[in-house]
Amino acid sequence: MSYDEAVARYDPVIGLETHVELGTASKMFCGCSTEFGAEPNTHTCPVCLGLPGALPVANAAAIESTIKIGLALNCSIASWCRFARKNYFYPDMPKNFQISQYDEPLCVDGYLDIEYDGKAYRVGIERVHLEEDTGKNTHVGTSGRIHGADYSLVDFNRAGIPLVEIVTKPVPGTGALAPEVARAYVTELRDLLRTLDVSDVRMEQGSLRCDVNTSLNLPGDEWGTRTETKNVNSLRSVERAVRSEIIRQAGVLDAGEKVLQETRHFSETTGDTRPGRSKEEATDYRYFPEPDLVPLAPDADWVEQIRASLPELPAARRVRVRESLGLSADDLQQMTNAGVVDLVGATVDAGAPVGEARNWWLGYLAQTANEREIDAADLGISPAQVARVVALVADGSLSSALARQVVDGVLSTGSDVDALIAERGLKVVSDTGALSAAADEAIAANPDVAEKVRGGKVAAVGPLVGAVMKATRGQADAASVRTILLERLGVSE
Amino acid sequence: MSDLTRRSASQIAGLVASGEASAVEIAQAHLDRIAAVDGELHAFLHVDADGALAAAKAVDERRAAGEALSPLAGVPLAMKDVVVTHGLPTTAGSKILEGWVPPYDATITRRIKDAGIVMLGKTNMDEFAMGSSTENSAYGPSHNPWDLARIPGGSSGGSSAAVAGYEAPLAIGTDTGGSIRQPAAVTGIVGHKPTYGGVSRYGLIAFSSSLDQAGPLGRTVLDAALLHEVIGGHDPCDSTSIAAPVPPVVAAAREGARADLAGVRVGVVRELGGEGYQAGVLASFEAAVEVLRRLGATVVEVSCPHFQYALPAYYLIAPSECSSNLARFDSVRYGLRVGDDGARALEDVMSLTREAGFGPEVKRRVMIGTYALSSGYYEAYYGQAQKVRTLITRDFAGAFEQADVLVSPTSPFVAFGIGERVDDPMAMYVNDLCTLPASLSGTPAISVPCGLSENLPVGLQVMAPALADDRCYRVGAAFEAAYESANGPILDRAGALL
Repeated sequence: MSYDEAVARYDPVIGLETHVELGTASKMFCGCSTEFGAEPNTHTCPVCLGLPGALPVANAAAIESTIKIGLALNCSIASWCRFARKNYFYPDMPKNFQISQYDEPLCVDGYLDIEYDGKAYRVGIERVHLEEDTGKNTHVGTSGRIHGADYSLVDFNRAGIPLVEIVTKPVPGTGALAPEVARAYVTELRDLLRTLDVSDVRMEQGSLRCDVNTSLNLPGDEWGTRTETKNVNSLRSVERAVRSEIIRQAGVLDAGEKVLQETRHFSETTGDTRPGRSKEEATDYRYFPEPDLVPLAPDADWVEQIRASLPELPAARRVRVRESLGLSADDLQQMTNAGVVDLVGATVDAGAPVGEARNWWLGYLAQTANEREIDAADLGISPAQVARVVALVADGSLSSALARQVVDGVLSTGSDVDALIAERGLKVVSDTGALSAAADEAIAANPDVAEKVRGGKVAAVGPLVGAVMKATRGQADAASVRTILLERLGVSE
Repeated sequence: MSDLTRRSASQIAGLVASGEASAVEIAQAHLDRIAAVDGELHAFLHVDADGALAAAKAVDERRAAGEALSPLAGVPLAMKDVVVTHGLPTTAGSKILEGWVPPYDATITRRIKDAGIVMLGKTNMDEFAMGSSTENSAYGPSHNPWDLARIPGGSSGGSSAAVAGYEAPLAIGTDTGGSIRQPAAVTGIVGHKPTYGGVSRYGLIAFSSSLDQAGPLGRTVLDAALLHEVIGGHDPCDSTSIAAPVPPVVAAAREGARADLAGVRVGVVRELGGEGYQAGVLASFEAAVEVLRRLGATVVEVSCPHFQYALPAYYLIAPSECSSNLARFDSVRYGLRVGDDGARALEDVMSLTREAGFGPEVKRRVMIGTYALSSGYYEAYYGQAQKVRTLITRDFAGAFEQADVLVSPTSPFVAFGIGERVDDPMAMYVNDLCTLPASLSGTPAISVPCGLSENLPVGLQVMAPALADDRCYRVGAAFEAAYESANGPILDRAGALL
């Protein structure tokens, strides 16, 4: 069955559970570092290894970040709540229970407004709660999976990193746009979290992870049985996972069968979902209040202080950017679709003219992001860096060709603009002596071309300009080179 | 017997401070005593002679260098094996932790070391502190110095046997439902369960997190108070630790020794007595109440009607928490591993390890707790038990309006014979009848020897409001002074090993 047939017959209802690793310096319940990419099992201690006798102490910065998220998502903040133990056996869980929150989450009942293709959607937020991350298993063997592995390794560096879970209410009424709305929600949420500066929200590093719930029902019927799709690790996958699950469920329903309530896994390679643990064999988590931690009772004044300190949120910033930049409806739509409105705005805030900022983000950078199948925001270049490049072009320090080299360098190395320029010696050669010498060499090496130009065919100067640019490794300003060449050939335009 | 092992902790500290005896001599005397009698008592699971002598030598060197010594410097101590000790094996009485050597110190271990107290070794206990006799130890029971055929109480029975048997003047115990007080009572020594949160639990291998509390055992009330002062006080590594100063327990013990209780209101809890209590225990208790009255206390009867539900509530809450706390013993990171032949699935290795590594009482409680927390039963069991807990706390609040302290027997019986109750869990659980209410409400309680029944010691329990541990020590010390002036130290009448 095609996707179009599926959504013509059935109404999808979607829901999203998003896990966000907070960017606190230390872990949720101990003082270990949260730094990514360290040698395995070096950021560990008795607490995050679950050694006998060790006890957790809650990280106040993580609680503050969670309250920030809750407030930004228009939630109520609980005046009293508790952590709970979620009990199940798994080798990446040092204690064989996860400290989480169960029926008393820190933030409840909010919403996030999003836009797709000019239409607004309000996604209800059920809850935002705080928990600890697990360790990471690596299964060594040909399959790379737990079954058939020769042996498995566990890295507990990630164990205990503060994790915020954001759960939406079911989202009906999106029709055929369900996959795009799901993606737009995660995109907006990610922008929000980045703006709040509570996480680096890098899906590829797992600091933002998504589970997607999908169900189908006939128009007018009650909602159907939902599946939960895990392992959805990019924005594109969010969209693909919903789409493939809608097609699969429609097929099941059309065959007169029932959709099983189950956990499924999304495969990046095949683009479809496979069954995981079914609910029949699901664990009873035996939740109960964590007796090693005292209840969490955020003071109302503190919550208000946090509310007052929230930065301008993406939605408001977009409105301001539109208005202050005086963007045309077309530009705005293009920028929205490319996910660069905020980036353009921030680049302008960093001092670049609107036109230049627009051209970079909708042009070369959008194109590069597209080639790499990532979002422009994930390219690894910041609006401030783009603004710096724009400024260097404007004052003549960089030619437009050099500017692209600099941008490419930033994208591939992660270095800062000025450092990169210094390191690679990428500066416009404005020394006329050096340019004149290079011009003379080019003329001497291309007597035929030179003759044509001297004969009045000014347009033929191109290959000579190219030769000088090559000799100066692109570091000269092409217009100046041209002027110098024409001057030395005794021609004027 | 060496004279040095007969001294109290405060006397030994005095000898060290004055230079009359070196800490090394004192440690050696106790190590010799252990070598002589522990074959019969089996109080220790691990004796650390080298570590003890090194710690003692360090104290002597500090003294020689003219440094100020803390009040218990050079005094030997026996540590219950449920408390984590860096570099010293820690098993919690279980096969599943056999051979595990912790890479860190519990907060109380650290405080004890910093105070110059000399740790002699680790004491036997019921596996993971579940039991009242040490018969649930995976390493065999300890024996009561009063009668080697009897139990020394539990779960801190190795600690009580070591102190009553003069192997150490002080010991650390832990008390979840009575595991300090009952062993103290049945061996004729003093044991105090502090206010919940009064002593750090960081590094105490958890049985039931909301109930566990470490505390001192000693042969005198003052000794217990001196040790309490060392281990007590706020610890940022334990969220449930109370941010308040240690109650003035040493001062209270000294004041109590003046044997004057004028103006103190003592409440006798009606529900803690009567049917199910041995006649000799009740007789000793009643005589003890008379002594308190003679010391000037006003004695009133109070009623705590919900105390009768303490036992069922406790046996839901403690197993529930333990089922979760003990989940970490899975063979993956430390301890025993059984069946890892390279072919078996991880789940099977975990199951085989837990099957082989846990004893029957631990399994019973893990299963009860798993069931009580399971979906659909939580409210009826765990939820209901928590409500009972609240009611018991209210009973205490009401009683403490009428009385400054509450008293009861510590245990309904004197020490019973090894093997006598092992086949009947309920007969074992009723050991805790008197001690459970204070555990459930987190209030402090002390047990002091109050007489003999069948030539075996009986304990008097004194309970006080949360954070008023000093009242326990004051009343306990007053009773001790009166009792000893009439009868001499109770341990002088212990038969077996003296």
